[in-house]
Amino acid sequence: MGFLRGGCLGLTGAALATFAASAGRLPAQSSVTVFAAASLTDAFTELGKRFEASRPGVRVQFNFAGSQQLALQLQQGARADVFAPADQRWMSAVKDSGLLPADPVIFAENRLVVILPRSNPARIGRLEDLARKGVKLVVAAEAVPAGRYTREMLQRLAAAPGFGLDYDAHVLGNVVSYEDNVKGVVAKVQLGEADAGVVYRSDASGAAGESLKVIAIPEAANPIATYPIATLKGSPSPELARAFVDLVLSAEGQGVLTRFGLKPAPIGTGSSRP
Amino acid sequence: MSLGVRTRDTVAAVAVRVALGVAMALLGALLVLPLLALVLRVPLATLAGQLGKRVVVQALVLSLEASLIATLVVVALGLPAAYLLATRQFPGKKVVEVVLDLPMVLPPTVGGLALLLAFGRAGLAGGALQLLGLSIPFTTLAVIVAQAFMAAPFFIGPVRAGIALVDPRVQEVARTLGATESYGFWRVVLPLSLPSIVAGTAMAGARALGEFGATITFAGNLPGVTQTMPLAVYVELQRDLDTAITLSVLLLLLSFGLLLALRAGHPERRR
Repeated sequence: MGFLRGGCLGLTGAALATFAASAGRLPAQSSVTVFAAASLTDAFTELGKRFEASRPGVRVQFNFAGSQQLALQLQQGARADVFAPADQRWMSAVKDSGLLPADPVIFAENRLVVILPRSNPARIGRLEDLARKGVKLVVAAEAVPAGRYTREMLQRLAAAPGFGLDYDAHVLGNVVSYEDNVKGVVAKVQLGEADAGVVYRSDASGAAGESLKVIAIPEAANPIATYPIATLKGSPSPELARAFVDLVLSAEGQGVLTRFGLKPAPIGTGSSRP
Repeated sequence: MSLGVRTRDTVAAVAVRVALGVAMALLGALLVLPLLALVLRVPLATLAGQLGKRVVVQALVLSLEASLIATLVVVALGLPAAYLLATRQFPGKKVVEVVLDLPMVLPPTVGGLALLLAFGRAGLAGGALQLLGLSIPFTTLAVIVAQAFMAAPFFIGPVRAGIALVDPRVQEVARTLGATESYGFWRVVLPLSLPSIVAGTAMAGARALGEFGATITFAGNLPGVTQTMPLAVYVELQRDLDTAITLSVLLLLLSFGLLLALRAGHPERRR
């Protein structure tokens, strides 16, 4: 009886104690949490390493996901210091929820490309081939910035001479999966399961690029993805947050972004710095 | 003296009761409150209005279809396996059992990736499948395969245990009366282990219905083809919260109904 009682009390107590302990586990004071679009994974990981190298003892925690998902997490109360989505829409959504202390700054641009597995099983040579019946195409879902840009790109191509007015409908008819972030598209093409995918240039430039073939999209039809960045209200470490944003905007940061296939932000975007 | 002992016993009993009560209340808060929150969040009228939405109907139909077929596959393949494991000894049996249990503890995404690397176009068996004209990823078939993969252990486990409980002497008697093993299986073993077969089927069905990670990894996400209810919840969460909640409530009711029907059908089972 005593054993049972002790066991019960002990177990319940232990469970409660662990529970309480885990609830109180927040990132250490010397860490900065960055919520960034999945397409920034490679570039920001490199920037994070440099940030940590120049500030001993400081840790950068990244949460890379579809921008729409990050926005949702922030609106649901996720604690973070910096937000960098792949379009203005989700930055606005977060701003409308009153989570930004200052206006965001545009820090980079990206363009879309079509990627194919190295083996190119569907023998795709040009953009027109994407509309061919039976091609297995993987794109980002509409809620994902890359998915929205993809639709825009297809509409522009449909209006361009030579593609046919129903080009976008044919291409979308070939979609076999709508992925919830752009890295999901990369993975399915990399594994050779999809014939083609639409992602950002930056996604095809990292380590993944070696197993991919890339087809460029004409400038005129290629929407410019703009990446805003902002510190967040209630940031547990506002100084580090600002320092990280400064690194992204610095010449060094812009150099890293360029190396990973992003384009530095044009000067004078009209937005003020946070 | 005796009074003292009795008091101590009473105190002990009360302490146990308090501990059990506290544990139960906390467990209730952990398990029941979230489900309640889901059901209470959206007014019934809104819920009813959402039911006609294309994305909801498509996901519901696909989910029911796929999980029904997946469950049938699991029963058809799992019943012989469970019978074999319950009645035979062979070298490496322990390893086989562990392998069959693995999908239960494996992160579903890992399951999906494994399926992709095995049955994908570029996978181990991809070439052979292509010769048969089969390309599984991104099809409804992939959804069924993913669901069956994840749900199988939920059937095999209880059924194996159920068959093992059938007294071997009963079968022996049947055999001495001239019954073949197959006759004995259909007329003796099967009826006697029916409760566990029903339980396993319901558990596997519920698991298939809720499958998410393996599905999105192996089958992708396309409305009407591979977007089952759990996937639709995930996608709609980023677009229309009411739709996501409606789909969640539907899933909850389906699973609840399935498990409740199972208990109602076997009131003598106390588990």
